[in-house]
Amino acid sequence: MLAYTIRRLLMLIPVLIGMSLITFSIIHLIPGNPARVILGDQATATAVANLEEQLGLNEPFLIQYGQYMLGLLQGDLGTSIRTNTAISGDIWPYLAATFELTIFAMVFAVIVGVNAGIISAWKQNSWFDYTAMVIALIGVSMPIFWLGLMQQWVFAQELGWLPAFGRENPRNPIESITHFNLLDALIHGQLDQWWTSFKHLVLPGIALGTIPMAIIARMTRSSMLEVLRSDYIRTIEAKGSSTLSVIYRHGFKNAVIPVLTVVGLQTGTLLGGAILTETIFSWPGIGRYIYEAIGNRDYPVIQSGILVIATMFVFINLIVDLLYSYIDPRIKY
Amino acid sequence: MTKPVLEINNLQTHFFTDRGEIPAVDDVSFSINAGEVLGIVGESGCGKSVTSLSVMGLVPNPPGKIVGGEILFRRQEGRDKAEDLVKVSRKRLRAIRGDQIAMIFQEPMTSLDPLFTIGHQIIEAVRNHRKVTKKQARAKAVEMLKLVGIPRAEEIVDEYPHQLSGGMRQRVMIAIAMSCDPEVLIADEPTTALDVTIQAQILELMKDLNRKKGTAIMMITHDLGVVAEICDRVVVMYAGKIVEEGDVRTILKSPKHPYTQGLIRSLPKMSNRDSRLYSIPGNVPKPGSIKQGCRFAARCPEVFDRCTQENPELLNLGEGHGCRCFLYEKEGKIVNV
Repeated sequence: MLAYTIRRLLMLIPVLIGMSLITFSIIHLIPGNPARVILGDQATATAVANLEEQLGLNEPFLIQYGQYMLGLLQGDLGTSIRTNTAISGDIWPYLAATFELTIFAMVFAVIVGVNAGIISAWKQNSWFDYTAMVIALIGVSMPIFWLGLMQQWVFAQELGWLPAFGRENPRNPIESITHFNLLDALIHGQLDQWWTSFKHLVLPGIALGTIPMAIIARMTRSSMLEVLRSDYIRTIEAKGSSTLSVIYRHGFKNAVIPVLTVVGLQTGTLLGGAILTETIFSWPGIGRYIYEAIGNRDYPVIQSGILVIATMFVFINLIVDLLYSYIDPRIKY
Repeated sequence: MTKPVLEINNLQTHFFTDRGEIPAVDDVSFSINAGEVLGIVGESGCGKSVTSLSVMGLVPNPPGKIVGGEILFRRQEGRDKAEDLVKVSRKRLRAIRGDQIAMIFQEPMTSLDPLFTIGHQIIEAVRNHRKVTKKQARAKAVEMLKLVGIPRAEEIVDEYPHQLSGGMRQRVMIAIAMSCDPEVLIADEPTTALDVTIQAQILELMKDLNRKKGTAIMMITHDLGVVAEICDRVVVMYAGKIVEEGDVRTILKSPKHPYTQGLIRSLPKMSNRDSRLYSIPGNVPKPGSIKQGCRFAARCPEVFDRCTQENPELLNLGEGHGCRCFLYEKEGKIVNV
């Protein structure tokens, strides 16, 4: 297990190099002079020359890449053109906000999706099964912006139960330590702040988690159906084990691998692809950070943002792979 | 005479499918005495597996359901008090299953949960029914593995099913089934998926356990060789009905029903190696497709008019020998009206 983990980590190196090469090339894929594109038509020749100098665009490609990699290894993601500050420092609060939202959304998606899928498979063709699967179908087909707006309209505007925007009360913000609001509130011992932050998470979290929940529910159901028909489940029933043990301990454990794959892929997607949700709910996450950078033609920020998201995606899938071999003793590498 | 440990009366298990109601087990009655080995013989689809699953309460539902009859189970102590397994609560059935009635299956390769150790799977069976600590249950698991003849039991107990061969896995299945000292062991084609040499070993093991522990065995098989090897009595099933029953010597030496005779004639013999092997003409009818007359009529060499019009009853030919055929009506009397 340890040897396998180390081997998998070493295998990440070429993947990460390839990724950095691709993200680094983005700036060079801009047709014409990148500095000119960034600054716009009105810029003077001096300004363009200065920016080229600042971005190191007048060096040969390999040297530029070498310098970029050297920076990366020291944790330097470059400097934002617009704010002129280090991206590595700027990016964390956004990243933390996205993490918090993604974790909430995935916890919601997994708890609801997995249980709905399990019960649907167990009670196949029952009213529960039909209802759950229709909801899941609606869940995957519903546009997220529409769901978000409807939630805001019903739960924020009409009922007034939950806040519609942001991640905290702007008049009473949480003093940031980790930038995870729920965690920070706990560290400060402010339970009311924790509750406020939690309430802010609910609507965007559910909006973001609905599609993964629906996919997880359908995947769990089909995987469980296959497992519940297998011979070893019959053996366990023949031993006189309780239904709970048959369904969850043996059934779900055997059905979990495809579900885990989906959870991994969906988590990766949510981390990078939450722009829509973050925009609707004014959530200050990484999606919005990159989106704004695109508007400002802030290429170093775009580059770094993509690199960070891609890296997380790779690591999440690594964790999923390691979990496979932990769960199934037959998976040996 | 003591009453049988398991008594099945007029069992009817039907499957409800899109093509209608299919009587997989149609009015089947037989019993097993304590310590006896009863063989249930028949071709695929004759209802022998469904009969055994009915006893365990494991008929997949939907589409299957026990629609009639009773399955009376009597414990060793207080043999007069019978429980009807068709009527008992699910909870009670779970308590009996794996404890007093255990089962092993045809496919040892897929019958063990691949994600749990051998030990865990035996411990689970023990702890479902006995209040013992994990440590005691583990000791019991090792003891059971030794009992079924698994070498290096202390190591195997921590291994996973995929590390064992088919024969070893079937031994583990037997260890699981025997871990609570059941009164009845149901074995659904336990040797079919195994090599011939391993088959003999597994049969030997089952015979041994039957002798040592006095466990009654309900042996479901299509292999008359297995029957000759291990069974005391035999029930022959055809298309959901019992066509003949009796002690193993009678059935194998002087079968009465044309179907049983056909089955025995189909066995290869060393004495006539050059002639073609006999086979019963035609195919097993789909369950439920024959509404009237004897179900074997279409394939029977002795068929006459009455066979396709009336349903034959099970006739008593004396000494527990029963046969469902009009040919013997004069000599026998009807067993169950």
